[in-house]
Amino acid sequence: MDSDTAFLKFENISKTFPGVRALDSVCLSVKKGTVHALVGENGAGKSTLMKCLFGIYCPDSGNIVLNGKLVNFKTPSEAISNGISMVHQELNQVTSLRVMDNIWLGRFPMKGKFIIDEKKMEADTRRIFDNLGIQINPFIKVGLLSVSERQMIEIAKAASQNAKVIVMDEPTSSLSEKEVAHLFVVIRKLKEKGCGIIYISHKLEEIFTIADEITVMRDGKVVTTKAVTSISIDELITLMVGRKLTNRFPERSNETGDVLLEVKHLSLRYSPLVRDISFSLHKGEILGIAGLEGAMKTEVVEGIFGYRTKSGGDIILNDTVCNNSCCRKAKKNKFALLTEERKYNGVFPSMSIKDNISIANMEKYCCAGVVNDRKANKEVKWIIDTLKVKTPSTKTKIRYLSGGNQQKAIFGRWLLTTPGVLLLDEPTRGIDVGAKYEIYQLIINLAKQGKGIIMISSEMPELLGIANRILVMSNGQIAGILDSKDADQEKILRLSARYL
Amino acid sequence: MYTTGEIKLNGKQKVNSVLMDNAIYIVLALLLVVITVIDPTFLSFKNFKFIFTQAATRIILALGVGGIIVLAGCDLAIGRMVGLAAVISASLLQSSTNKNIIFPGLNLPVIVPVLLVTLICGAVSLINGLIVSKLSVTSFIATLGTGMILYGVTSTYYEKIGKASPIGGLSDSFTHFAQGELFHVPFLILYAAAAVGIMWFIWNKTKLGRNLFAIGNNIEAAKVSGVNINLTIIFVYLIAGFLYGFAGSLEVARTGSATNNLGNGYELDAIAACVVGGVSLMGGVGTIRGIVVGVIIFQVINYGLVYISISPYMLYIIKGAIVILAVAIDAQKYITRK
Repeated sequence: MDSDTAFLKFENISKTFPGVRALDSVCLSVKKGTVHALVGENGAGKSTLMKCLFGIYCPDSGNIVLNGKLVNFKTPSEAISNGISMVHQELNQVTSLRVMDNIWLGRFPMKGKFIIDEKKMEADTRRIFDNLGIQINPFIKVGLLSVSERQMIEIAKAASQNAKVIVMDEPTSSLSEKEVAHLFVVIRKLKEKGCGIIYISHKLEEIFTIADEITVMRDGKVVTTKAVTSISIDELITLMVGRKLTNRFPERSNETGDVLLEVKHLSLRYSPLVRDISFSLHKGEILGIAGLEGAMKTEVVEGIFGYRTKSGGDIILNDTVCNNSCCRKAKKNKFALLTEERKYNGVFPSMSIKDNISIANMEKYCCAGVVNDRKANKEVKWIIDTLKVKTPSTKTKIRYLSGGNQQKAIFGRWLLTTPGVLLLDEPTRGIDVGAKYEIYQLIINLAKQGKGIIMISSEMPELLGIANRILVMSNGQIAGILDSKDADQEKILRLSARYL
Repeated sequence: MYTTGEIKLNGKQKVNSVLMDNAIYIVLALLLVVITVIDPTFLSFKNFKFIFTQAATRIILALGVGGIIVLAGCDLAIGRMVGLAAVISASLLQSSTNKNIIFPGLNLPVIVPVLLVTLICGAVSLINGLIVSKLSVTSFIATLGTGMILYGVTSTYYEKIGKASPIGGLSDSFTHFAQGELFHVPFLILYAAAAVGIMWFIWNKTKLGRNLFAIGNNIEAAKVSGVNINLTIIFVYLIAGFLYGFAGSLEVARTGSATNNLGNGYELDAIAACVVGGVSLMGGVGTIRGIVVGVIIFQVINYGLVYISISPYMLYIIKGAIVILAVAIDAQKYITRK
């Protein structure tokens, strides 16, 4: 087979989730020995497409053709045994095991039935490392290595599985410049060996360094596929962004007042990348926070709320220092935090809607520790009605509700505490378009009441649509604050990459 | 897979889910039916009075550990706290006509030593709560450790004062405290009923109860919601300790004498009863009603199966199987199906 023919082909892949057409007749061809970059905003469908390849999702229609044969993998391991590997953003490694154990885990070379052939394992590991120019001691424990070294091991593992296609999802998101250079050396070696690479990244400069072809995705569709030599960065950004923004957002009718909150030189103890964060928030203002994955947006709001330990800096509310040292104090100071990961730190799955909504406001319903259920019920019902939470009853366990309704319930939890400052971390994540509009409306109404709102979002149109100002973070620092009147996606993207 | 929205069940699935949700009641009903079929005389007021009387202290213990299990913890010190409470209260409440009386001329009213051991066990359990919450030691290890320490303390006290012979000859008032009846209803049942009432109130009507379930469900979400995690944990252990101490004094008054080994293994019975009653070891799920039914199932097995002359060794086999079955049924509800 000559190197020009496509080795892996996606033909008209479509996938629909309730309310969302995640993939719409997507076609993509990856040639042997090339790097094929896949770019697009969050939610454009890149990850969904990869999940279809690895059998995590089953496409509604369309074919995947590998080496001329129709394939339909049911599980990731089936894909791997057919020569398709993935280097994940989050590294799935057993940190307490040695490098070579991790590479050969599940398929150790054996001497007889029960004994592992350590010699062969070491020799094979060293051979692969030499081939790729990786210098890591195979005997060291993986937990002691840096992120970039661990990534190298993942790549070596893929090579050891004789991968013909390797998918790399944001491989450089936590690497330094030097480490990126090393990664590119390894990628070029893989190319020489005829390996096709699907390279997913937000970092456009990098793409122009390493990729041969670029496919741009937007709203579940492939916009275009071009050779890297026939397109410029500016053209690429326009292609990624170009969509009309009509009627997706309610009118911004809030007015900004005096300074409500000031954050001065905030830094976090256990997330040292976050340093010297200073900004102010006005009454009635919606301040958006933008930034790429790994920009530490979540860490900043969680630090403000006292959920993460600060190592320095002041939080000044209405001209008084109120260093929220824990979540309880933050709540007392009338802060509210709608967290990003509903499952991890949002819902109480086996508790009722009522308990989920009222839990943060117990002080108000309690007399000597005894809950006045009537009072609580009234307010819970009010929340359910105003936010249009769809639930059979207030007693239904929250885990039986859809994600959007869960999100509204948790939002309601914080409305009951009558906060002055709302910290909203991806408030519309995993919510369908209709519910999103309702949440935007709610946020704007809250701002109209004079509350200060900080809203993190990885969807830029959303920030441009409802925020008054947009704070762009890059690698744990503030890269700039834009007035959303003169901000656009291009400016945000450029700022996001400022400290990378 | 990977669809959102309501999950529609077909007819068969509906039946399955009803069966699963009510598995413990079905098991209890089956047990009663089988025993009655084999020996119809089983269905008598007297027999049920026995079952409930014997279940009383166990219910109180299970109510205590139930809260700790809802926190996704467990308590292995229960038996040793029962032993401590039993030995101390027995030593302070011996009959003045007893020749081997340890503390002659004490003549305390019953309530004083009972209250004393309740408070002592409360304090010990409070320490467990502190170790678990402040030192982040898992409850398994914390209570395993304090259980051993307590056994050492109880045995030392027992050896010093009682010359290592069972402490018996209890005062009539103490015996009456456990064995007395009010209109043919044994005091023990009344105590258990009171404990059930109080614990039901705490679990369902107080902020402590809400916080308890919130922490058991999702400790991170509880933190963000401003729940005072440590204080809640400490309170749950404290209340559990009160219950253990009170149950310990009842246990010795019921049986008539105490050794340092009294209470040995009670923790596993209490935990098993909770689990059979639907309190999930993963935390966050459980009801008072379930705990009571769980204890009663075990008691029906203990009493009813002996009543129809099944070998006591056989009982262990049946009980063991029921515990595994209960958890297996419970687990089915929470498996994430892909």
